[in-house]
Amino acid sequence: MRIGVLYSRVRPEEKLLFQELERRSAEVELIDDRKVVLSFGGSSTLEPAFDFDVVFDRSLSHSRALVHLRVLADRGVPTVNRIEVVENCGDKLRTSSLLQAAGVPTPDTRVASTPEAALQAIEELGYPVVLKPTVGSWGRLIARINDRDAAEALLEHKSTLGSYQHSIFYLQQYVDKPERDIRAFVVDGEAICAIYRRAPHWVTNTARGASATNCPVTPELESLCRRSAAAVGGGLLAVDLVEDRHRGLLVLEVNHTMEFRNSVEPTGVDIPARMIDFVERVANTGWPAGRHGGDA
Amino acid sequence: MELQTVSAQSECPECFDDIHLTAVMQNEIVQCAGCGVDLEVIELDPVTLELAPEEEEDWGE
Repeated sequence: MRIGVLYSRVRPEEKLLFQELERRSAEVELIDDRKVVLSFGGSSTLEPAFDFDVVFDRSLSHSRALVHLRVLADRGVPTVNRIEVVENCGDKLRTSSLLQAAGVPTPDTRVASTPEAALQAIEELGYPVVLKPTVGSWGRLIARINDRDAAEALLEHKSTLGSYQHSIFYLQQYVDKPERDIRAFVVDGEAICAIYRRAPHWVTNTARGASATNCPVTPELESLCRRSAAAVGGGLLAVDLVEDRHRGLLVLEVNHTMEFRNSVEPTGVDIPARMIDFVERVANTGWPAGRHGGDA
Repeated sequence: MELQTVSAQSECPECFDDIHLTAVMQNEIVQCAGCGVDLEVIELDPVTLELAPEEEEDWGE
């Protein structure tokens, strides 16, 4: 079995995964996504050969991941995750649309394509409102808008200074959560463990310093994770949820290249081993047929 | 798969503080305890550190 691992930099997560692959004596090639040059048309074969039984995507860069996963899919090389899953999770608008179609509860979300429509949507949602880029992570460029003055200023700045992706305004009701949110780790539709992420700041992201403690996987959490995973296409996923005081658990987003460095110790679950189990399973038997992460 | 790792003494290219590296691998990100910058191991023999690439807008999980 030959496993390719596409990566951008070796963070604690990648090192744990590589150590797990080493422990299993797997035949592995590490592919630095900064150095890949794809070649078409000039020769009878596509370079690089990418002759793997599976390629495990750990790219930090969403655009690089999409490029390489597309070519791999066209060549029939199985990948974890599949390109459709990366497309579905990497774009918040797409994720929202799929979760909505699957009946998964999410915060009230509006998407507008002009500052005028966005301002109207903000006023309808009521303050505070959270403005997010549709592509991005780690809480980057997320803004909480507390009043109309801030809304008008932010929308003007985004439409004047932002790249074209910022001309789509993804707006979400601010959830008054109890200084924590939940991250659940999902492998092939099963929530294998979860953590509470606590922070006094409203952005509760461990990349921004939130602390992690174990969160029991209740039947409700398990069901939401299973349905969320199925909605985006399954695989290895991290589902982020918030506890709304009135509506209960709501799914915020689904991440396709999950970070887990702070979660192995509090949960007691060997997350990298479970991830590699799945990667090997895909290499051996392909993606779970027709299930894509589990039924609701 | 056999991971190639190295333990060595090195120096932060930003603040020139000493950095002790333990079992690091190619492209691993380490943090300088002196100035806090992220550094990337770009060579193992000899161990060479460079400032890690800046975070880009489409980076994430």
